[in-house]
Amino acid sequence: MSAPSAVRSNRVLRVEDADLLKGAARFVDDLHLSGMLQAAFVRSPHGHAKVLSIDTSMAKDVPGVHAVLTRDDFLPHLATEFIVVGLPSPAYRQDINRPALSGLEVVHVGEPVAIVLADNRYIAEDAAALVMVDYDPLPAVGDPREALKPGAPLVHSSSPHNLLAEFDMGYGDVDAAFAGAPHVFKESLWQHRGGSHSIECRGDVAAYDSFADTLTLWSSTQTPHAARSVLAGMLGWDEDRIRVVTPDVGGGFGPKLIFYPEDVAVALAAYITRRPVKWIEDRREHFVATTQERDQYWDAEIAVDNDGKILGLRGSIVHDHGAYTARGVNLPYESAQTVTLAYEIPTYQMNVKLALTNKVPVTPVRGAGQPQGVFCMERLLDRAADELKIPRAELRRRNLIPGDKMPYTKPLKSRGGRQVVLDSGDYPKCQADALEKAGAADFAVRQAAARKEGRYIGLGLANFVKGTGRGPFEPVTVRVDPSTGQIIVYSGATAMGQSTKTMFAQVVAEQLGGDITRVTAKPGDTGTMSMGLGGFNSRLTVMAGSSAHLAATKVRDKALLIASKLLKLPAEELQIHGGQVEAKADPSKSVTLGQLAKSVAGVAGFVLPDGVSPGLEATEYFVVDDMAYANGAAAIEVEVDVETGGVHINKFVIAHDCGAVINPMLVDGQIVGAAAHGIGNALYEWMGYDDNCQPVTTNLGEYLLVTAPEVPLIEVSHHESPTYLNPLGVKGVGECGVVPVAPAIMSAIEDALREFDVHIAQTPITPGEIVAKIEAGRKAKA
Amino acid sequence: MKPPPFSYHDPRTVADAVRLLGSLENPKLLAGGQSLMPMLAMRFVLPDHVIDLNKIEGLAYIREANGALEIGGMTRQRDIEFSDLVAAKHPLLREGILNVGHRQTRNRGTIGGSLCHLDPAAEQVLVCMASDAIVTVAGPNGERAIPFREFPLAYMTPALEPDEMLVGIKLPLWPAGHGYCFLEFARRHGDFAVVSAAVLLELDAGGKIKRAAVALGGVAAVPLRMDEVEARLVGQVASEELFREAAELCRAVEAIADVHATVEYRQHLAAVLTRRALVQALARVRRA
Amino acid sequence: MAEMRKITVTVNGQAHTREVETRMTLADFLRHELTLTGTHIGCEHGVCGACTILLDGRTARSCLMLAVQADGHAIDTIEGIAPPNPDKNAPMHPLQEAFRDNHALQCGFCTPGMLTTIIELLRDNPEPTSDEVRIAISGNLCRCTGYQTIVAATLDAARRLKAEGRKP
Repeated sequence: MSAPSAVRSNRVLRVEDADLLKGAARFVDDLHLSGMLQAAFVRSPHGHAKVLSIDTSMAKDVPGVHAVLTRDDFLPHLATEFIVVGLPSPAYRQDINRPALSGLEVVHVGEPVAIVLADNRYIAEDAAALVMVDYDPLPAVGDPREALKPGAPLVHSSSPHNLLAEFDMGYGDVDAAFAGAPHVFKESLWQHRGGSHSIECRGDVAAYDSFADTLTLWSSTQTPHAARSVLAGMLGWDEDRIRVVTPDVGGGFGPKLIFYPEDVAVALAAYITRRPVKWIEDRREHFVATTQERDQYWDAEIAVDNDGKILGLRGSIVHDHGAYTARGVNLPYESAQTVTLAYEIPTYQMNVKLALTNKVPVTPVRGAGQPQGVFCMERLLDRAADELKIPRAELRRRNLIPGDKMPYTKPLKSRGGRQVVLDSGDYPKCQADALEKAGAADFAVRQAAARKEGRYIGLGLANFVKGTGRGPFEPVTVRVDPSTGQIIVYSGATAMGQSTKTMFAQVVAEQLGGDITRVTAKPGDTGTMSMGLGGFNSRLTVMAGSSAHLAATKVRDKALLIASKLLKLPAEELQIHGGQVEAKADPSKSVTLGQLAKSVAGVAGFVLPDGVSPGLEATEYFVVDDMAYANGAAAIEVEVDVETGGVHINKFVIAHDCGAVINPMLVDGQIVGAAAHGIGNALYEWMGYDDNCQPVTTNLGEYLLVTAPEVPLIEVSHHESPTYLNPLGVKGVGECGVVPVAPAIMSAIEDALREFDVHIAQTPITPGEIVAKIEAGRKAKA
Repeated sequence: MKPPPFSYHDPRTVADAVRLLGSLENPKLLAGGQSLMPMLAMRFVLPDHVIDLNKIEGLAYIREANGALEIGGMTRQRDIEFSDLVAAKHPLLREGILNVGHRQTRNRGTIGGSLCHLDPAAEQVLVCMASDAIVTVAGPNGERAIPFREFPLAYMTPALEPDEMLVGIKLPLWPAGHGYCFLEFARRHGDFAVVSAAVLLELDAGGKIKRAAVALGGVAAVPLRMDEVEARLVGQVASEELFREAAELCRAVEAIADVHATVEYRQHLAAVLTRRALVQALARVRRA
Repeated sequence: MAEMRKITVTVNGQAHTREVETRMTLADFLRHELTLTGTHIGCEHGVCGACTILLDGRTARSCLMLAVQADGHAIDTIEGIAPPNPDKNAPMHPLQEAFRDNHALQCGFCTPGMLTTIIELLRDNPEPTSDEVRIAISGNLCRCTGYQTIVAATLDAARRLKAEGRKP
């Protein structure tokens, strides 16, 4: 790792902000093209039904309607009607892919069956209501445990069963460990996470250029290159006929990395009608058509010795996969993988079953299954500590991987088959720091004093380790514009609010003059970068940041080389400052970056400076397969109103380590924002369905996102253990804050309610459920 | 989520509005729009005609007359919130209003709109129920008064004829120094209450409860006036024990369940919030 | 057929006259008819607050108003908070500066509604406490920041405005 300079490790203000603050940013719905039609989708009102017929005639007659397209209209244009995106895995028992538009059988409420194109969205919605779809309702199943039972309704009538995939993960002789263990504690956990609910919903604008025979899709996506590839595959086109551009994105949080039926439908509609087409997802569509995380049911047990040292952990997970594979087995894979990471656990075994259900597909939301793994681990540790009468923090301390054992090899393989190696970090130190800052030392005294006043306060704790920086690469081009001298950064990386452009500006400016205003980052456009993976899995600073660093370093070296020839001075005596290369001893001897770029841009018939290759630019593909493991601990104090069940968070401390910090202001922002999301997952967010798989929380009055009064001041404590895995020493941070929150809050609630023996084996928990547990505890004692 | 097609009307007088109401097919009145507009966007209501009341003069006022606070139907919640008269004469209303939605919604939302929407968890509805408010409605034959206890007919159904509109509300004032408390339990700040309680208390010179009003919102399909609780209180010396006993009667209410709460939890909250509101109201009584 | 009406609305100090469909929301009117796309639409049912504008100086959710209802009224949007300036680096409104300096925005989609809401708050209450700020913005959802930098930026803006002797 290279030692960072001031520009790379400082609280630098964001380059994104001015436009966003003035209303001058450009989100996909801000794009207007001449002749553009507006789309609305006709969606299934059933959890499961056969589609007998679709009659579009009435809808087509509505003035202002230009077309109503169904599966039959699409098929002639499609090489395949299926969106095949499942990540590879031997665990699959069936391939269940989404069609572009459903025409035979609908398998969840919200599944699109037709697209209406009209002069404006109002008319499109009027007409969508007039598309007559004759459905024959079929039995639906929503509970993944029920779905796996013999005789359960089939999610797809053509499937043999509802088991989508199954796999086992683990190491060591877990059964022997349990057989010889003095203590075994078992928990059955229900874990729910909800939707992403970026404030900007999804959206697409597509335009077909018949002159060039190319199609451009502007999409609010986290993965433009993947979108291009899937779209090209479905259309049977060369990828170079399709350009996918990500404009400003109003939040991603996971589900915008998925390619959706609406994306291909909008593109095809533009191609078929030869008119630009816009579709902007509305909030109700977001509830029924954008992927979510939902339910996992865990049975897990832990074996410990008399000192609370862990001997083994085993269990099983039933995971609600939804109706189709929209990403793969990765989410529950990460859940199972994450369980043991922070602790020394000699034996481990987890069986994971993915059940199809008649609900919108499940794919990662910020945290991507890892909060669930941590929840399982931390709940088991609290249980063991309470049973053994060892303080919860002390029991954890005895089992955390100590800092001096880093790097620490876990006998686990990543989903790509790589050995899991925890690269760096001091986990016990993070825990101790969080506890100290939360006032754990005198908490017992405060708790007793509060109790005397009739107040119930509790302190909870959770540790986490999270894999970040998913490989294998993210390409970056750094180019000095020969005309202006501006430094342009292109990348497959995609910005959706996580300050990626500022990160690029800092990393690149460090090598090229130190002025971030001279750097313009243009991520997220397949037209400027042939390859890319995109923004997800807390990976961009690690992967794209490293590529940018390497590319900028190459450009710097080249700039100095050319300048040394032009200025006739040794490169060692030169430096880049602002927009120019100058002699360290005499800055008046200088040449601008633009002049340098021009000197190697080529003039017909004239030679390049001696020994220099063309162009002042470099493209780098920093490749790394191992993940960088970030870690941290949350200590949270709550007060529970035992009569209403209301939970108030008095104090919230998160100590975390994401390796080298490039911009502490932005790291704080990521941690705090994700932590607030975690509060929602613990106490508020619930995506409900009834027994017929009808969603029951389909507006933001029923589905509760936290607002400012529900979120306490969140105190962040930085630890920096740089990783050796990349030249910047960085780890990902975007998702980390969410991971430890739910278990820490449940731990705190239990601690506050000890006299009622309240035990929490779920997330989220509602005030009503807390009151019921308190009442049950009272009765049991009476 | 765009409103369906409709014809838009913006009458300038109550008489014109009532005439439109009586003559148009499938009309809907638009007041502050904070409930109707979302329902239009979701296409839960599909009116052929929308009659906008915002251009009618003279429906926004707050005044004291004949021992009552009189408020015009189109008075914005914001104006009630910032009214010195309301704060001085009907502090329960002010306390209730502070729990209504958010700044942006109170700026537009009207008391008449909320009363006619009649969400059983709505704060203004509950205050009117506790206050024995009188609703003034205008119809083709002029105005009539409806006691608020008779105003809710069923879930979100006010006792208005199809050609009638609410034009004002009268809240009889309690004597200076009365005790009051509006208390609600909501999942988040500004949400509709899971359960809410509104209490008014008046003590006699000897410290006994002379008069009490207790109302519950959010518990049932309509806001409830708790006559049994009031009967238990009146004539008694106020005490925590008395309040606890009286409030326990609330556990017997017929409650509804939804995504936020079960029947049992609502009944439990009804008792808890009633007791707390009584305690708080007593603490606020200014004895002469 | 669509029912149309001619309206005149003053937006950011400039009068605009348009023929609009009577069912069109004010949010869509601002965004699509006047192409003032700084006002964002996040839920269209009056919960998220992203579309908050100032109507005659007071905040309103523009998704919960019809464009025809704005006829004859004055509206301020995010585009009007700072006076237009061709210099991209010209200082913005103190609240905008405070948002940038305190990292009070990430994706920026909720920001227009936050700014308009806080401008009204600071006019009503020039020196709010952090709890008052949290309540004032409780009708504005943000999924990125966890709100605390928005609270910090608001308090910072209040200090700046006071120091400059300036009204929001």
